[in-house]
Amino acid sequence: MAIAKVIGIETEFGIAGGPEQDPIVASSVIVNAYAQRGMTHINWDFEGETPGVDARGIAGLTAFAPIVETQLANTVLANGARLYVDHAHPEYSSPECRTPLEAVRFDAAGEEVLRRAQDFANDTLDPAQAITIYKNNSDGKGNSYGCHENYLVARSVEFADLVRALVPHFVSRQIVVGAGKVGVEIDQSRSARPAFQVSQRAEFFEEVVGLETTLKRPIVNTRDETHGDAERFRRLHVIIGDANLSQYATAVKLGATALLLAALEDQGLRAFPAAPRDPVRAVRAFAADPTLRVAVECVDDRTRTAWDFQDELWALAQRYTTETGASAVAEPDEVHFILDQWREMLDGVRDDPDAVADRVDWVAKKRIVDGYRERYGLNHDDARLRAIDLQYHDLRPGRSLAARVGLRRIVGDDAIEAAILEPPASTRAFFRGQCVKRFPGAIAAANWDSVVFDLGDGPLQRVPMPDPLRGTAALTAHLFETNSTAIDLLSALGG
Amino acid sequence: MVEQERIQKQRVTRPTESAPEVPVDTSKGEQLKADLDDLLDEIDEVLEENAEEFVRNYVQKGGE
Repeated sequence: MAIAKVIGIETEFGIAGGPEQDPIVASSVIVNAYAQRGMTHINWDFEGETPGVDARGIAGLTAFAPIVETQLANTVLANGARLYVDHAHPEYSSPECRTPLEAVRFDAAGEEVLRRAQDFANDTLDPAQAITIYKNNSDGKGNSYGCHENYLVARSVEFADLVRALVPHFVSRQIVVGAGKVGVEIDQSRSARPAFQVSQRAEFFEEVVGLETTLKRPIVNTRDETHGDAERFRRLHVIIGDANLSQYATAVKLGATALLLAALEDQGLRAFPAAPRDPVRAVRAFAADPTLRVAVECVDDRTRTAWDFQDELWALAQRYTTETGASAVAEPDEVHFILDQWREMLDGVRDDPDAVADRVDWVAKKRIVDGYRERYGLNHDDARLRAIDLQYHDLRPGRSLAARVGLRRIVGDDAIEAAILEPPASTRAFFRGQCVKRFPGAIAAANWDSVVFDLGDGPLQRVPMPDPLRGTAALTAHLFETNSTAIDLLSALGG
Repeated sequence: MVEQERIQKQRVTRPTESAPEVPVDTSKGEQLKADLDDLLDEIDEVLEENAEEFVRNYVQKGGE
């Protein structure tokens, strides 16, 4: 039986403006602006070392003078997420979620957190220094930043089998869940330069398997940092996705991958399609071909288009669901929703793109780019088309094009609001988020697999959480109901 | 410190997300096209004024 596919999604946001026009400063201003508005003051715990305790405490929304802090900020939110400065970007790492749609909700919450942080920061800044945040993955000049997915996988699965199963999916899923991009950034000398690519990220991948995330990016990343019990679990760290504005795309991106991982755990490699002979060439060729006609040679001597790969993988996931119920991924209704949308979006991109322009990001973006270019008779490399690309991802409501193309939503405003304030009930993020929310003054720090308490009169006390499926509401909600202080909570836990 | 949750018998937790209904609508394509035309009509008000400069100035450091 496949283990529960606990999912997390991390997004590094693009950022412009800010004091000194420095992205590191701007990112710090963003994270600190959110923290200073009383959303959190709790530090991230680095590698189990005793962190410095922030003495500011929580204060009311209006209590702060407009102070601009520039130290590298790193915080834990009440919804169990991490909000911090990663390199030169603000990053939101969602709490661990039990199902794909739950992860969609917490990804949408992250987008809104960044939007609010942007507003909070800009309230304090000179308009000339206003900060703008983009949910995208590249600057159009060869610099890329990630949107990573994490899936809980049984340690017993051989890594080589993960690679073998996932490469066909990771090279081809972009035709359904790619975010689209105007032009080419890498290898500009190539003979046929595509005017539009289906993926933001694809052309940045140079290896099939590897540990790197910033140089020589691999299609399958080998980072083995479990943030939990490494004897039972592996956290598969996926770096080859685009950040999506379409919630449907996020749902299918996470849901399809989770279903394939569960199928691999339960049924092995047998039914997976053969990989391309040259996966790096394949992922780039598929990205550069919005007509979806390019086919690549595979190790079984067949040739497949990206669509062919996805068609075979969908059939595999569908069969797996019929045979087992796929409860490791979600309840039946949710699994069927994922499969239905994956199928519709896959058929749509080939047969009737307009019909899926309300769900597939690259199709939605390409329609505006093509429409604008045709209306004004522009060249493919006109700066206005690149501006459209960039502003598709703009988080400012007044400037966002994604907000104007009629993307369907899965998660409503109320559900997003709740996901900003409350952790998911279904994983250890519940325990983390509740602690942050209820006992902010007693928490020294927190990270994925522990919460560290400082009760003021003794050593720091660490509550370990090695299993992502413990610490749920079902297991711990009663502790929060019956213990109104951190001291009581810890003694109830046995400390 | 004993971890309370670890010694409890694990209950089966069921995900609570519900899948939205997706209505089938055949007039959708036409509506989308009309919506796109409307968007193209107003897009210049949304786009940054100097596209050339805006795009040139958007430079990020690599991340991850």
